[in-house]
Amino acid sequence: MYWDKAKECMSREDLEQLQLERLQSTLYRVATHVPFYRKKFKESGINPDGFSALDEMRSLPFTTKDDLRDNYPYGLFAVPLRDVVRVHASSGTTGMATVVGYTKNDIKNWADMVARILTATGVGADDVVQIAFGYGLFTGGFGLHYGAERIGASVIPISSGNTKRQIQILQDFKTTTLVCTPSYALLLADTMMEMDININALSLKYGLFGGEPWSEEMRTEIKNKLGIIATDNYGLSEVMGPGVAGECRECNGLHINEDHFIVEVIDPQSLEPVAPGELGELVFTTITKEAFPVIRYRTRDLARLLAEPCSCGRTLRRMSRVIGRTDDMLIIKGVNVYPMQIESILFDIEGTEPHYQIIVEREGRMDKVTVLVEVVESIFFDQMKKQRQLMEHIKKRLATELGIGVDVKLVEEKTLERFEGKAVRVVDRRRL
Amino acid sequence: MLRIKNLEAGYGKLRVLKRISMHVDSGEIVTIIGANGAGKTTLLYTIAGIIKAGAGEIQLLGAPIIRTKPEKIVAAGCSLVPEGRQVFATLSVRENLILGGYVQYKRKKFQPDQELRFIYDIFPVLQDRESQLAGTLSGGEQQMLAMGRALMAKPQLIMLDEPSTGLAPLIVKNIFQIILKLRAAGNTVLLIEQNAKAALGIADRGYVLETGKIILQGPAEDLLVNKDVQRAYLGREVCNEGARCDLD
Repeated sequence: MYWDKAKECMSREDLEQLQLERLQSTLYRVATHVPFYRKKFKESGINPDGFSALDEMRSLPFTTKDDLRDNYPYGLFAVPLRDVVRVHASSGTTGMATVVGYTKNDIKNWADMVARILTATGVGADDVVQIAFGYGLFTGGFGLHYGAERIGASVIPISSGNTKRQIQILQDFKTTTLVCTPSYALLLADTMMEMDININALSLKYGLFGGEPWSEEMRTEIKNKLGIIATDNYGLSEVMGPGVAGECRECNGLHINEDHFIVEVIDPQSLEPVAPGELGELVFTTITKEAFPVIRYRTRDLARLLAEPCSCGRTLRRMSRVIGRTDDMLIIKGVNVYPMQIESILFDIEGTEPHYQIIVEREGRMDKVTVLVEVVESIFFDQMKKQRQLMEHIKKRLATELGIGVDVKLVEEKTLERFEGKAVRVVDRRRL
Repeated sequence: MLRIKNLEAGYGKLRVLKRISMHVDSGEIVTIIGANGAGKTTLLYTIAGIIKAGAGEIQLLGAPIIRTKPEKIVAAGCSLVPEGRQVFATLSVRENLILGGYVQYKRKKFQPDQELRFIYDIFPVLQDRESQLAGTLSGGEQQMLAMGRALMAKPQLIMLDEPSTGLAPLIVKNIFQIILKLRAAGNTVLLIEQNAKAALGIADRGYVLETGKIILQGPAEDLLVNKDVQRAYLGREVCNEGARCDLD
């Protein structure tokens, strides 16, 4: 089943022609409308008019998350704000969000890309899609929402959280398709088992899971427990949001929407392309986006490209699932968290020492974060009340700025391990 | 059908087209919109072989046609309807059409009457005016004659240069209806227009040409809602599809 067969099954030659055309005009537009790119092209001696082959991609400068942050909030927009119909944002390393915008056409293309992914899983107009991704600045909820509407499915925009209600609706609304993070799908399954709900009596057929890395073992577990077809999808707000790539029913790699994005895989150290099929950092260039085009955006996500054609008939190349990160970003309950964010909050709070450790565990199905903080000695000699106040204060600050709840434990000075080289601030005990 | 990569062309030292890449698929109506002097006609003339390309690639049905003579390009299946019609004013309508079939005539199978019947089906008015001198036709009729003449060569791809120029709005509408009819009959059309709204209204896809560069492309309906296109080529009336327009 295809959503847009003409594009999804294009010949390589036609696709490359289309990519070249779109890339040439994208380069022209960013050089004309975005001072950041104009300057960057000038510095690296690039003539955006002189670009004549996809191979020349390599000479273009990279764009990083820092560039996005430096141009906060609207600096990288290629259209005036009055042409922007939607703004989303995601967390950044120092708590400053990166802001992305969409024109009417961007939203339309985005919905189309998500529609392809839903269709590839088998979801159609008769399906009832429960979207348990957060709605709001995060792109997950709205991204899937518009795609599901595009294919004519009935959308339940329940958003994330409130497990009991999710289960109630899953049963009563006869949901056929579940959209959430894979860990949340397992939490739902386990909770239903605890509640003695007959999962086989549900109408659930499909699950589209993304927002965090997951393994083949986890897929098997989800399939067994929920009795559904479970596919992986990939996206990031800086590039578009969900819908950049998604699996077909073969469940063997994610088809990248290459008519909208040019993908490269590079060695994060040398910045050179890796050999075909090797693991490396994904780099995306958008070639249809109007409001927020990015040139060679370094995702920090590690994956490989799969060269063999897929038996589903789609010619869009596939990427493996994301295997890891090149930086220390943590994905906790689908939310991106940088240790640096936590550090800068702790620095801000009086009474704490600049020594801390972040412990990430998986308790049952859900991620749990505990922050150990060294505090000045005097506090430990003081009354308990003061200690508790400090703890609550830290907790509250972290929760508001990170967007997820974390546990805080105060420890005495000099009890946390000291590191001579690179400090290991994060202990990730999750086994994905 | 047609595939162009990094095409450059110009007049003398003046470089007009700067690395144009574009394509037209079989059965499509593709339009190129842009202001006066953007290079639209230069692009068509370069494809037709009338202007020599400086660099780049042009493929028609998979075969390179760059630096091929214009008459060979017509024989290869690509016909041009020039701007301002340029019919042979002192010849009759019928004679004009027969001349259009010249490349067919050289092939033995050419049966002018059958071809003419096909043209008259599309443009009944030309049959009524069959023996009239082309110069005495109205502007709209001349445009139809020019299109009919191009069709006599049985092209795979028909290129139209500003078919709406100098025609009354009602006639323009008529001409555009005929373009849709041509496509329905299996023709592929590359349409160049200053009347961006009308062109995008019937096209499948469009390219926006500005000072010799393609600055935007996409499905015609996307270009119609693109704010840059609206501001530059469509005037204000289409913003927000009839909703309140900005007053600034």
